Amino acid sequence: MQDFSSSFALAFALIGGLDADLLEIIGLSLRVSLIAVIIAAIIGFPLGASIAVIRFPGRQAVDILLNALMGLPPVVVGLLVYMMISRAGPLGWLNILYSPTAMIIAQVILIVPIVAALTRQTIEDLHREYDEQFRSFCLPMNRVIPILIWDARYSLLTVVLAGFGRAIAEVGAVIIVGGNINHLTRMMTTSIALETSKGNLALALALGLVLMLLSLTINALVYALRASAKHLAYA
Amino acid sequence: MPCVLVPNTWLMPEMKKITQLPLKVSDLCFSVHKKQLLGDFNLHLDSQGVTAVMGPNGAGKSLLIRLLHGLLEPDSGIVEWNGKSLELAVRQAQAMVFQKPVLLRRSVAANIDFVLDNCVIKGNKSCRDILQEAGLYERRMQPARLLSGGEQQRLALARALATSPQILFLDEPTASIDPSATRQIEHWLAQVSDNGVKLILVTHDIGQARRLASDVIFMHRGRLSEHTPAKQFFEEPRSREAQAYLRGELVI
Ligand SMILES: Nc1ncnc2c1ncn2[C@@H]1O[C@H](COP(=O)(O)OP(=O)(O)OP(=O)(O)O)[C@@H](O)[C@H]1O
Ligand SMILES: [Mg+2]
Repeated sequence: MQDFSSSFALAFALIGGLDADLLEIIGLSLRVSLIAVIIAAIIGFPLGASIAVIRFPGRQAVDILLNALMGLPPVVVGLLVYMMISRAGPLGWLNILYSPTAMIIAQVILIVPIVAALTRQTIEDLHREYDEQFRSFCLPMNRVIPILIWDARYSLLTVVLAGFGRAIAEVGAVIIVGGNINHLTRMMTTSIALETSKGNLALALALGLVLMLLSLTINALVYALRASAKHLAYA
Repeated sequence: MPCVLVPNTWLMPEMKKITQLPLKVSDLCFSVHKKQLLGDFNLHLDSQGVTAVMGPNGAGKSLLIRLLHGLLEPDSGIVEWNGKSLELAVRQAQAMVFQKPVLLRRSVAANIDFVLDNCVIKGNKSCRDILQEAGLYERRMQPARLLSGGEQQRLALARALATSPQILFLDEPTASIDPSATRQIEHWLAQVSDNGVKLILVTHDIGQARRLASDVIFMHRGRLSEHTPAKQFFEEPRSREAQAYLRGELVI
């Protein structure tokens, strides 16, 4: 068992020396979460905007469901995805268990509710402001939604960043469906969990530091985006 | 060089005919939560010029023009533009400038391009011409919502006119604008009216109504007090409410 200060020294050495394993793990984490958040935005933006704008029967139910899904425990999502894609599951023939694809699917399911719910809130406020003017212009509904999404672009970028932040920091779902296989599905979070339990604190700590740095960067980006949007009166 | 004053109508030969007139309103009622906000409203409007809508705060002026434009659904009663109800084709030939301009979170030019791209009916002017007419061409790249109040109002007006409306509703277009900018907008409105656009103008500015209006609709507590030619309205209004209002005494 390494002691506290030597763990830190080793961790900084790993980061400073651009350790190959470390970079591979970070690269995979970023790739999986980025793809997941892009897919989540493609689904979540129109979904959230539709709930905000269109009065359809069952709208409230979808809304409640979405909010409930927001609090879904990642391990439960992991378990459900596992059951779907494991050999015996209905999607077992896809053969994607313990692959990056499986992790992307799990993360998409985790963050779509967040992206959609935050989008709904943002678009609803904007729609309230634009609604009468748009009806005066006689804009058809199918044009209104893309226009609202475009005009909310700054706020929606922060929504995407929030989704990315949640995806990259999540462990429960990806560890179940990814399996933390060396050189294949090792993510930052899953490595931290496993390396810590194995007593390899240096790698865990190095990954932890990188994660913290990432989360700081994301927050700084959100802050900068808000500031520039306000500055342009586009917020 | 001698300066020749040419009436606006000569410069703009395509003086349009307003095919949507006359406007007929019969027994219009509107209420929210069982509270009647507009009642037994009857109106016949056939004049080409500027119609001013006046009345104290809360009289229902904004509600009235929203109902006439089809933004609100009445409880009962009929609004007919030249015999047609507020169907899509009728509404597409109308425009409204709201009291607080609703500008998109885009540049000044993009706000004009928006209607040129999205509205079915539009004039044949380019975005550049439209912005020059509004005196905003130099500001075309700027975020629209950073314009001053008066400039925002001009942009909203220019954008409404870009849809080449037959009927243009204006809800207190000069309410928060300084006197010289107000005169500028009034001048522009007079020109628009001369070019054959029917203006229905809500205003609290008695001077403005005197300068622009050919007839006045006066409302009080959600009801029509009178609809009279402007000259008569300002000299000897028929209703007690209008008399009190012009004396500066009427309250809700
Ligand atoms: N959605 C609504 N729900 C309840 N009351 C409303 C609603 N909209 C308007 N009102 C009420 O209807 C009345 C008329 O409103 P309206 O906005 O037409 O007044 P206005 O004549 O335009 O007044 P102002 O000169 O202050 O603009 C007001 O008393 C207002 O409070
Ligand atoms: Mg009003």
